[in-house]
Amino acid sequence: MKYVDEAVVEKRMKARIRNNSILKFIFLLSTLFGLVVLAVLLIRVFSQGIAWLDWDFITGRLSTDPDRAGILGAILGTSWLMLVVIPVTLFIGVGTAIYLELYAKPGRFQNFIATNISNLAGVPSIVYGLLGLTIFVRALEFGNVVLAGGLTLSLLVLPIVIVAAQEAIRAVPQFLSEASYGMGATKWQTVKKIILPAALPGILTGSILALSRAIGETAPLTVIGIPALLIPFPGSFFDTFTALPMQIYYWTLDASLVSEYAYLAAATIIVLLVLLFLLNSVAIFIRNKFQQRY
Amino acid sequence: MSQKIKVKLNDQAIKSSDQQEDKRAVFETNQLNLWYTDTHALKDINLSIKEKEVTAVIGPSGCGKSTYIKTLNRMVELVPGVRTTGEIKYKNRNILDRNFRVEDLRTQVGMVFQKPNPFPKSIYENIAYGPKIHGIKNKKILDEIVEKSLRGAYIWDEVKDRLNENAYGLSGGQQQRLCIARCLAVEPGVILMDEPTSALDPKSTLRIEELVQELREDYSIVIVTHNMQQAARISDRTAFFLNGEVVEFDETDKIFTNPKDSRTEDYISGRFG
Amino acid sequence: MAGNSDTNKNAVNVREMIAEKKKKKNLSNFTEKFIPTFLLLIASISLLTTVGIIITLFTEAIEFFKIVPIWEFFTGTVLRPMSQNPEFGVLPLINGTLISTFIAMLVAGPVGIMSAIYLSEYASDRVRRVLKPLLEILAGIPTIVYGFFAFTFVTPLIRSIFPEVGATNILSPGLVMGVMIIPMIASLSEDAMSSVPNSMREGAFALGATKLETTFKVVIPAALSGIISSFVLGISRAIGETMIVTIASGSSKNFTFDITQSMQTMTAYIVEVSSGDAPAGSTIYYSLYAVAATLFIFTLLMNILARYLSRKFREEY
Repeated sequence: MKYVDEAVVEKRMKARIRNNSILKFIFLLSTLFGLVVLAVLLIRVFSQGIAWLDWDFITGRLSTDPDRAGILGAILGTSWLMLVVIPVTLFIGVGTAIYLELYAKPGRFQNFIATNISNLAGVPSIVYGLLGLTIFVRALEFGNVVLAGGLTLSLLVLPIVIVAAQEAIRAVPQFLSEASYGMGATKWQTVKKIILPAALPGILTGSILALSRAIGETAPLTVIGIPALLIPFPGSFFDTFTALPMQIYYWTLDASLVSEYAYLAAATIIVLLVLLFLLNSVAIFIRNKFQQRY
Repeated sequence: MSQKIKVKLNDQAIKSSDQQEDKRAVFETNQLNLWYTDTHALKDINLSIKEKEVTAVIGPSGCGKSTYIKTLNRMVELVPGVRTTGEIKYKNRNILDRNFRVEDLRTQVGMVFQKPNPFPKSIYENIAYGPKIHGIKNKKILDEIVEKSLRGAYIWDEVKDRLNENAYGLSGGQQQRLCIARCLAVEPGVILMDEPTSALDPKSTLRIEELVQELREDYSIVIVTHNMQQAARISDRTAFFLNGEVVEFDETDKIFTNPKDSRTEDYISGRFG
Repeated sequence: MAGNSDTNKNAVNVREMIAEKKKKKNLSNFTEKFIPTFLLLIASISLLTTVGIIITLFTEAIEFFKIVPIWEFFTGTVLRPMSQNPEFGVLPLINGTLISTFIAMLVAGPVGIMSAIYLSEYASDRVRRVLKPLLEILAGIPTIVYGFFAFTFVTPLIRSIFPEVGATNILSPGLVMGVMIIPMIASLSEDAMSSVPNSMREGAFALGATKLETTFKVVIPAALSGIISSFVLGISRAIGETMIVTIASGSSKNFTFDITQSMQTMTAYIVEVSSGDAPAGSTIYYSLYAVAATLFIFTLLMNILARYLSRKFREEY
């Protein structure tokens, strides 16, 4: 007597193979779904905004008249924010990563800081906004100025920079620091002259990605209270400002009042996306160009 | 102990006499013990390494030979949980003393590693690294040191036209000679070599061996090797390590032609290890 | 001395120069001792941030609970902060948050995991190397852009099919938020699935199982804690998401389950109140912190759970 009836197996096998092919197709469609939405989003934004995007728009001042409105103020504001975010996150982020990877003794304290950083990475950005409002704007009495916004965004993206810098430092092969110690170099000389230069491309790539996150952040800025009014261009860290995402936010909200505002928002989105695209290209370029093969 | 006394007597002899068969010791190791956390890796080591000689350290894997030479420049301390007892005297100072700055020690005792490990910098910067970290910044002097060191490692002619290119563009054998040149740049008294040819092809190995022969004129060299022919070819004295102990230490000729210990004989004739 | 033998070679005597320089080295000795402490101070900034968040949120929230009893806050279904007799029930906000999160996960969960299956089990190396970065672009688009998209494209699209849907509603931002979270779930689940050892798959293939059967009977069960961890992180992300819901879901504080209506989430409430420039010290100002503290605890729990699950997964392999 046979336990396996080959005819039945054969018949079932065909169904099983067919199921496999059908599901494979569905899985592929799912993967493409996100990309299709992405394409629709981009096409939609570009078709709405491209006609409004010209040199006058980029270099113009804010105005309630859609035909005259420009975003130079927002571009300057975003640039000023970055002038705070870049040095602050690099300094604190790389410093923390060096401490955790090269100086801290493995153990409870190191784990504690690492857990803390991963928790911070999961805190919603709006909560950072409230922290910035309470500490920088009110307690330290900066007001809703560039410095307050920049520091808030710095704290927000700090975990990204720390983790990226940690990974970059960990990827530097041990034999390089051994060679340096073998020459009689001190620990800090080895860190400064061998480990950090070798980790630099990785650190920069991570920082640029963190920066692009900061550039697009809106929620913390709304909490800090960025004015939607016509304000003078920022000229220092202690001036009020507006930023590209805030401009998009206000124009989107008011699109139900003045329908052209939607096109202005779309045009501003194009500027923002192009900026992000450029930043990411630089990151990829750095990663490919300066990656050392040992 | 008796050996130590003999060396001291020889010291006296050098000062008074012109004809010196025996040379002074650069390293005197006395009753050295070393533990990695729980493992007893080196047991009661007594060795005296002579100036301007090539001392080979041989033995099967895990016998402690690498650990031993990494103790000579205290690189072994980079491994967490290492403890030592006993003493290693370098120029009459105990280097295992906490007050002995490791940076000073490693400036005077250079090291060449198993795998070539140039820095991902230009050839020039690789050589200039040592002098620079010790405070030499004058460009002219650095140029001079770079050329002299590269010549000393017999690689100058191969790289002189591309000093500013990345060191990783060199072949493995060239990289290792560059690492030796890097070591020479701070003019150490001793060069430690931890299986320097194990990652290289036979031709590059031969060049390194020739280089070692040349360097012996000016430097004291300790070389760990698992290649017994290599030890026989290039060394003046050989120490045979087994299970963390020195089984035999003598002139290389004697070790390879007439070993006193049967375990040495077994090892060099390839019966184990 | 050993060093004097090579004087014939060159005028430069490196050894002497180094010895010379060493005497001046006391300063660098100081640096060497000072650096670790300095770095420790920098590293503790991240701890200070956490402490700062907790202190700010909870001290102000406690002030709030002195005015509005904590019980009333967490069970109240009416939220009327601006009214003459204000009421501060947080349930409408929690409700709005959970509903938008639920809608988002209804999109991101299935699509994310099916993408992960495709990328991990079916796609060739070449296809994966093209698709994965493309998918990750979705994660890099600023949320304000998604908000704009939800408000000016998805909502009108839904309304053209179902006219009864409001101009602001929770459905549209929920769906768009789902799209935003797809890459997160796809990428983390794919990592979990591709770290399942191949030997397990081979065992099933050798018995004549198809790829589909192997995926569902071997790979997914083996990668389950990793996959769940990615879901939990997705949920946490949706709970904390702000701009999409602020723009597209409006600010009515309805306590309802009707997804065609406008609802407010916790995050959107914080934006609304703080942009309204609530005077410091007022009840409505303190309510910001009570809501934010609630939000913070929600996401913190989710993150801890996600980390626990992914650690459990890593321990298994």
